[in-house]
This record gives sequence, structure tokens and C-alpha cells, in this order.
Amino acid sequence: MSVLVYTENWEGKFKKATYEILSYASEIAKQLNTDIVALSIGNVDDNELKILGNYGAVKVLNANNEKLHNFNSRAYATAIAEAVKNIDAKVIVMGNTYTARATAPRVAVKLNAGLVPGCIALPKSTTPFVVKNKAYSGKAFADTQVNADIKILTLNQNSFKIIENKKDAAIEAFNVEIPNFDNEKIIEVSKAQGKISVNDAEILVSGGRGLKAAENFKMLEEMAEILGPTATTACSRPITDLDWRPHSEHVGQTGKVVAPNLYFAIGISGAIQHLAGVNASKVIVAINTDKDAPIFEAADYGIIGDAFEVMPKLIEELKNFKNQ
Amino acid sequence: MKILVCISHVPDTTAKISFTDNNKYYDKNNIQFIISPYEELSLTRALEIKESLGEGTITVINVGLQETEPTIRKALAMGADDAVRINAEPTDAIFVAKQIAEFAKNENFDAILTGKESIDYNGGQVGEMVAEFLDIPSITSVSELEIKDGKAIIQREIDGGYETTECSLPFIGSGQKGIAAEPRIPAMRGIMMARRKPLKVIEPVEFNNLTEVIEHSLPEPKAACKMVSPDEVGELVRLLHEEAKAI
Repeated sequence: MSVLVYTENWEGKFKKATYEILSYASEIAKQLNTDIVALSIGNVDDNELKILGNYGAVKVLNANNEKLHNFNSRAYATAIAEAVKNIDAKVIVMGNTYTARATAPRVAVKLNAGLVPGCIALPKSTTPFVVKNKAYSGKAFADTQVNADIKILTLNQNSFKIIENKKDAAIEAFNVEIPNFDNEKIIEVSKAQGKISVNDAEILVSGGRGLKAAENFKMLEEMAEILGPTATTACSRPITDLDWRPHSEHVGQTGKVVAPNLYFAIGISGAIQHLAGVNASKVIVAINTDKDAPIFEAADYGIIGDAFEVMPKLIEELKNFKNQ
Repeated sequence: MKILVCISHVPDTTAKISFTDNNKYYDKNNIQFIISPYEELSLTRALEIKESLGEGTITVINVGLQETEPTIRKALAMGADDAVRINAEPTDAIFVAKQIAEFAKNENFDAILTGKESIDYNGGQVGEMVAEFLDIPSITSVSELEIKDGKAIIQREIDGGYETTECSLPFIGSGQKGIAAEPRIPAMRGIMMARRKPLKVIEPVEFNNLTEVIEHSLPEPKAACKMVSPDEVGELVRLLHEEAKAI
């Protein structure tokens, strides 16, 4: 009856999002008067697996089968569904990551489970099971009722705070038979080195058409660097359409929907599609020459001014602040 | 080459979001509906692949009531050869996926394309669920796609980068930005021809939805933006540190 949490790893390490979903699942387990079991898939060492106990896992099922060392949605879904049966879980919690998004729907079909993607809060009630999730690309929320015995929830990143809840997690090898899924073969992987992704960043320094040229994004890169390793750059849609920045940096309704702690919108007017992608940010700062730009309605702090005058001053002030 | 493209009928990206019947349903009054943007890109790529191979048929499928037909006709105007509408309210993702899988299972498609998510419920579930019902491979967040010599070469976005995969046919791919440069805009000739292209209506198979939205809500309005003079940028840094505790 435990709550099952699929704890995804990135090259053998867990990250903040993993602890968010464990914390979220722990609170759901309290509502249901049960505990949580973590499922780790792939090659993770025991010291790292033990960390899962710090956030409420009483047991870790370690599925470290060679066929699971590379991601394959069918293989991973098989492992998750088997783990659900193994512990008779009725609630499964996953992140809202690329891997989870490719896997959760398959698990739902295998188990005839009700899947609620992009949850942002604890269930309002457990009988009936109702949970709040995002809809209309962040422009609205839905209270979704699950009418199935098994429920799968994916949690939006940065929408639940990490709560320590120390347990001595027992690590168990989880031997699951994985059929051969060899119709997919990975040929090449290219990853931006040493740079935090837009979804993982806690601070985003984002630029729009007001920056006028690709090379002016150097100012944003400099500012992100000063703000530290949890900060990175992002942009609005016209910027990737113009090829000034890669698609992976585009935030907005048709790009990435983000929820950082701090979002700087520099030279971004704030079209409704852009706001949909950023309005879950905790704090929004807007810098724009146009006092009527819609971004100021979404922002917490604003400067009406030319980015080319404001940015050098802001970079200087942030440097001073960081040196203090 | 036979490609099936799954499309959904969603409010335009600039449409006002409001609800009726105690916030249970989306208010469709005076709303312009479109093909969900990622699916429009996937359809565009399917058409390009057909053209580069010089052969093939592109079928579009939608699960929806009669109101979705103008959206389906737009897909035909873009260049799809024929269309299928499963005559049912799309109650949840697994219901929609089951309907598409039932249609597709005997049709021998080489590829089924959809978008990485529809812009109404953003679940990104249907493609993967269809793949599971049909027991075929699937690739999400497809940013480049080539199909030739009986296989697909696919680039997809992963956390912090991209991955290139070779995949056998048939497979399901969920397209995102990059799969096609720009959505194709129907030409007048395409619009005229679309009226005469086949649009088959099929009744749904029985299947229970497992989730339902019981109420919608809108974000709380924000407090007024606090303005800082461009001559006092240091004040912004102070506020972000002391008041917002964001740095």
C-alpha cells in the first residue's frame, strides 16, 4: 500500500527535483497513513541511494539491470509497473522531467491508472482523489479527480518545498526481467557542459527583442555568471526564431514552462504566450523602455529604462553585492 | 510511406481563458480554435517527408465532436490526404489514446506523429499511451526527424542537451520546436481542395476515462509592480536581497 516514488538520477546522482518529489510523496503518504518506497533505475551507488532516506524513503528498490543503463521508455515503464505490483502501490509519484513524461503514460496504460501531469499541490482530498495541476500552459489550474484504483502524479519542478524527514532506508536489489527492446538505438548524445538547464535553474536572466542583436546577450551571460551556478540565460520566442539563441533557452507557452525563484525579463514586452511560460516564477523583475508593456503587470519589480543603460549598472551593483 | 498525424483542437494561444458551469468547462464562446502548435509542426514535417520521398499518404486523426471539423479541414488544406474524426468528447488522455490506437492498429502506418503536448491540458500523454497500446517504440520531444531506408533517425531533446536515436518503423514521435522550421500555411488551392478530401467519421469504442477535471481556477492577480528608478539600480539589488530574499 506504500506510495511509490520513481527517483530519477542524472549520471548516477540525484538532484533537487528528486528531493522535491520525495518530500511531496512523504506528505501524501501521511494523508494516506502509509510510507514511501523509492524506485531507482540504472546505475547508482549505495551511498547515493542512502540519501533518499533523508527525505522519507523507508525502502529503496534498486533496479540496476544492464538493460536499464540507457533510457528506454518501454524498459523503464516495465520496471516501474513491476515495482508497483511488488509493493502494491496505489499512488505513484514522478517528476515532470523528459524521462518521466516519456514513461508515466506507458505505466498508466499498463496498470489502467489515472495519470495527473504537472501537479502543483498536495491532493485536496484522497477520497475522492482530487489534485490540483496546471492547465492552459500555466494560464489556469485544474482540480483533477482520479477515478481509478491506481493514481500516477507527476510533480512540477519548483512547486513543492523540500522537507527533511530522516529514515533509515533499506536498500534492496530489485531484479526485474526486461524484454529486449532493441528497435531503438542511441547514436549520439550532445550535452551542454557545465551549464545548468533552464528548467533546473533557480535564477533566469532572460532577454527579448529589446536587446536588438545576438551579441548583446553577452550582458545577460555575464550577469548570470555573477549570480552563480544556479543562474543561467533564457529568452523569448522571437529570439530563437531569429536564431540568436538555441531553442533550448526559449521559455513561454510553446517553449519551456519554468518556475524559477527569480526571473529577469530584459527587453521582453510580455506577450500572453510568454507570460504563460513564466508566471509561476516566485519573483519577476522587468526591465523595459515601454512603461505600458504587459510584462510590468506580471512583474514584482520593474525598471522603466533602456537595457543598454540599466544592465551595465545592474551588473556592477550585483558584483558589489556578491563581493560583500 | 503512410504517416498518421494526431491533432487536437485547442483555443488559440492568445485566447482568453475563462470557464462556465461553476468553472467546470472551458468557455468556448467567441474563441478561435486552432490545431495545437506542436502538432501543426509535426504535420508540416510529415508533409515534407512525403514530398522528399515522392510518395506516401498523410492521414490526420482527431478525437472530437463535429465542432472540430474546421480544424481538421485546416490540416487537409495544409496538405494532408485524408482525415478521420472519432466522434466523441475527448474526456481524458487515455480515452483519446485508446480511440487512436483502435483506429491505427489495422492500418499499417509507418509512423504516427503528434505534438509534445497540446496547449490546453499540456499532459503530453497521448502519443506515449498510443505507443503502449500498440506496443511500438516512441520518442518524445522530437526536434529533428528523417525517415528513409525503412528506419527513422530522430533527434530529441533530453535534460540539458540532445540525443540522436535510430528507430525501426513503425514508431510514434512527439514533435516539438525544430521538427519543422515553420508551420505550413495553407494556400488558396489547398483550401479549395480540402473541401473535397475525405473526412471519415467513426464512432468511438467503449472505454472509460480515468480522470476528469471537476473545477478550473485562474492564478491570483498579482500585487502592483514596485517601480525602481533607472538611476537607482542599487535599490533593486537591495530589494531583491532584503525584501524578496531572491538573491
